[in-house]
Amino acid sequence: MGDETTKPTKAPYLLIAPSWAALGILFLLPLLVMFIISFGMRGTYGGLKPIDDLWAYILSGDFLANYKRSLEPLYWPIYWRSFWMATVTTVLCLLISYPIAYYIAIVAPARWKNLLLALVVIPFWTSFLIRTYAWMLILRTEGLINTVLMEGGLIDKPLDLLYNEFAVMIGLVYGELPFMILPLYASLEKLDLTLLEASSDLGAKHVSTFWRVTLPLTMPGVVAGVVLVFIPSIGQFVVSDLLGGAKSMLVGNLIQNQFAVARHRPFGSAIAFELTAVVLLLLFAYAWWAKKRGQEAML
Amino acid sequence: MLTPEPATRAASAPESVETTPAFVGPRAPAPRGAAPFPWERRLLGIHSALVYLFLYAPIAILIVFSFNAARQTARWEGFTVQWYARLMENTLILKALKNSLIVAGVTTVVATIIGTLAALALARYSFRGKGATQATLFLPIIIPEIVFGAALVTFFGAIQLRLSIWTVILSHIAFSISYVAIVVRARLAGFDRSLEEAAMDLGAGPVQTFFRVTLPVILPGVIAGALLVFTISIDDYVVSSFVAGVGATTLPLQIYSMIKVGVTPEVNAVSSLLLLATVVMIVVSQRLQQEPGKGESRR
Repeated sequence: MGDETTKPTKAPYLLIAPSWAALGILFLLPLLVMFIISFGMRGTYGGLKPIDDLWAYILSGDFLANYKRSLEPLYWPIYWRSFWMATVTTVLCLLISYPIAYYIAIVAPARWKNLLLALVVIPFWTSFLIRTYAWMLILRTEGLINTVLMEGGLIDKPLDLLYNEFAVMIGLVYGELPFMILPLYASLEKLDLTLLEASSDLGAKHVSTFWRVTLPLTMPGVVAGVVLVFIPSIGQFVVSDLLGGAKSMLVGNLIQNQFAVARHRPFGSAIAFELTAVVLLLLFAYAWWAKKRGQEAML
Repeated sequence: MLTPEPATRAASAPESVETTPAFVGPRAPAPRGAAPFPWERRLLGIHSALVYLFLYAPIAILIVFSFNAARQTARWEGFTVQWYARLMENTLILKALKNSLIVAGVTTVVATIIGTLAALALARYSFRGKGATQATLFLPIIIPEIVFGAALVTFFGAIQLRLSIWTVILSHIAFSISYVAIVVRARLAGFDRSLEEAAMDLGAGPVQTFFRVTLPVILPGVIAGALLVFTISIDDYVVSSFVAGVGATTLPLQIYSMIKVGVTPEVNAVSSLLLLATVVMIVVSQRLQQEPGKGESRR
């Protein structure tokens, strides 16, 4: 953004101070407090139990109790499900999104482009809750699909489409899809088409042009999309709460449960912090990858 | 700088087009090597149409159902607006709407001011901690909302701040500043500073220059950011579900608890209205972000 004033001045600090205060007090400090509390013990009413002798508490190793508990085999299926569902969501989003991003960026007539892009952006910003709810109308026992199939005489009794992992999967892909299309579009839009021409002129079939020119050049978009879909998917709890059943609990539900139902904030904080650590690791890996490629990160 | 400003990137797209030689034309419909055969382009087109169908069909179904006279089934039993009429008598929903408007209103005003100031600092000056500030501004956008909510409720608990509508507002401000800062900063990137210098040369003070020159030029960006924040705030479920106190139920929280009880036509109606309102705001916001700065064109 080029133009920076040369004289040192107080102005930038006056301008940025409110943001520092707001983000410091309402974002960084809460994360720090949550981190500290994750080492604590639950008191009555889900609060924090006061610690009499801090030194003894640390030496006894009790401060790691919440983390130890979070690693018990009881919770493994939840972590595993969160991981594979986020992974499958990411892969499905990528497979669905690349062709449409390619279409909007390269194939579609120029005058349609803004409209086509806007149609992706709109669901991106509208209520995730309501868009998830819409799937309940479609999938539930008295829902659209079952009604149509029953009326058509194709089935005798309604199919169990809702409250299972299949429904959660649909909800995740549906919700996260725009997060994949947009970065892919941004990458494809920047693609220098003369390179594709050159590849074609040199005799490459278009399939190999795609694998050897187009895809490698749009990798920044692919990786950004993967990060942007994977992170919200792994922290999701609304979709699994509304569309999933008892057996489709994700790590997000586990955390939410500790705060809303079980009233065990220290334990909830510990899992939330572990989730944060995973997310930050992913972001660092992404930043490292972008730097290695010598590109400005897209996020 | 990816997610929050797809339209900004679309607007800057012509720059990358210019790098292709003139004989190719700006985005020629079928560059060799890109999608050489008509059937390939048609296939991409069909795929894209199906994706748009996937994105919009559930929303359309929700809206259609909100006019369906049938109470329980998905069978069409005639057109009615009675579910909308009933909303007006539903005191819980009206109270939630009032809360949501207060939260979104206060959040928008505060976050827009703080975020705009931050954007000015980031676009204009180099200062200590600029890199860290930029990174920290991105975190609230990328970190899973559930972590944000969990951290805030833990923090409010630790400082013994009773949950109320104010804790909701504070939380919303915390995650909204980033969006404004990013949108306004993108707007400032194309700002012609000679206009400000001219104003100063003509004897205007810095405050006068800001209100008479700078603000009018960046105003579309500021309004776009404000609309975006209003939308995000009024749609937010996850963070609010953690930090809302008794009597501070917002519209998404109310909708959620109604959904958990069961699918009803009233939920369809209120969801459709909320969806419609946010789509209008998003479309306006996108348009404001897309238009090239008037200050630039006057150059």
